[in-house]
Amino acid sequence: MPLAVELVSPERTLFSGEATMVRARTVGGGDIAFLTGHTPFVGALAISTLEITLVSGGSEVVAVHGGFIEVSHDRVKVLSDLAELSSTIDVERARRAEEKAQAAVARGDEVEAQGALARATARLAASGQLS
Amino acid sequence: MAGGQERILRRRIKSVESTKKITRAMELIAATRVVKAQERAASARPYSDEITAVIIDLLRAGAAKEHPLLRDNPDARSAAFVVITSDRGMCGAYNSNVIRAAERAMAVAKANGLGFSLIVVGKKAQKQFKFQGLELDAVFEGMTDQPIYDNARDVAATVRRRYETGELAYVDIAYTRYLSAGTQQAVVQRFLPLEVPEVDPNAGPSADLEYEPSPTGILNEILPRYLESRLFSALLDASASEHASRQRAMKAATDNAEDLKTLLSRTMNRARQDAITTEIMEIVGGAEALSSDKGDKDELLPSHLNSEHLFPDHLDRTDHTQSIH
Repeated sequence: MPLAVELVSPERTLFSGEATMVRARTVGGGDIAFLTGHTPFVGALAISTLEITLVSGGSEVVAVHGGFIEVSHDRVKVLSDLAELSSTIDVERARRAEEKAQAAVARGDEVEAQGALARATARLAASGQLS
Repeated sequence: MAGGQERILRRRIKSVESTKKITRAMELIAATRVVKAQERAASARPYSDEITAVIIDLLRAGAAKEHPLLRDNPDARSAAFVVITSDRGMCGAYNSNVIRAAERAMAVAKANGLGFSLIVVGKKAQKQFKFQGLELDAVFEGMTDQPIYDNARDVAATVRRRYETGELAYVDIAYTRYLSAGTQQAVVQRFLPLEVPEVDPNAGPSADLEYEPSPTGILNEILPRYLESRLFSALLDASASEHASRQRAMKAATDNAEDLKTLLSRTMNRARQDAITTEIMEIVGGAEALSSDKGDKDELLPSHLNSEHLFPDHLDRTDHTQSIH
């Protein structure tokens, strides 16, 4: 039985479908993958990518900027107040943002720039453009 | 003069007509906006439902209720009110209903010896409270027409900052709940401290849940999101209500314009007929006056005229001998 995956942002449901596997990264820094029959799990997501391996064979990569994942009874629910499907990411913009953020971090900017850098990196990783 | 009155009426009809066009357009726009706002509210529901479900699971797992957003602040000397109104008018009693509901809640706070601070969304409440000389703590504009999540995030951050300092006993939110296209209700709801659903502590965890990090850690992360999500749904409800009120108000205005136009057209037609009648009367009167001035109608007979001027040729032919040539 496949996993029923739902990715919801506060404004709408971004993705809903069936998958064989979901990979996510929690705030602890480690990746975690879910297959059918996984123990019920609740976790806070890091700013990173989320990979949904679809039943049809392909996969959907999403850049999530924080959020939560809940797994129970083969249902995976991802709540993220900011999430982008790889198809909607503007690679050029993300790259520019990454450069800017890198420069800011190099200048010694604190939390904000590092957050921006993490977001840009996640976007690029999701769109498969990470150099 | 009668013609002048007619002209004035014609001008008024024209102006009523153009007003009607505008109100009709606003009515139609508001109608589409209501539908849009409802759709947005519907698509926002999965998130808020899920987030509530996760919080319940966390509490079942024994997450500590120690987050500042859940805490009462017994020593606080004031309460805060978030008042959501529109930026524009033309929506009937929509704004005044919310403001009145908020004022009632403020009076209760005052009666309990609390001061209050106002966090105002929308220009209308801002104007009203400023007019009353009240101090506004924070002001937000340009978000009620089509609220986006970032708006909710901004307002929630302001509210949260204030509450976490511990200076507020509670935060109430005054907005208009959208019940149906015909019914909207101005309500005041307790916003903070967050009232998390009561969970039976003996029930134990619903399942063997794994947590990363701890349940308390996740709860602390998720509560601010829950706050934003609740505020977002309030904004969406308020927006749908605003557009529904505007639609109704503009429909009434359009109907009124139609009635006024009928009335004015009738008055104008009567004025025009009056003018025509007066004119005819004047002509008839004038003719009568002329005829009576000339006195006896025999005076108009040709006997008084010089016959030579009337028929010179005939006179020539019949009587040549009389010619002076």
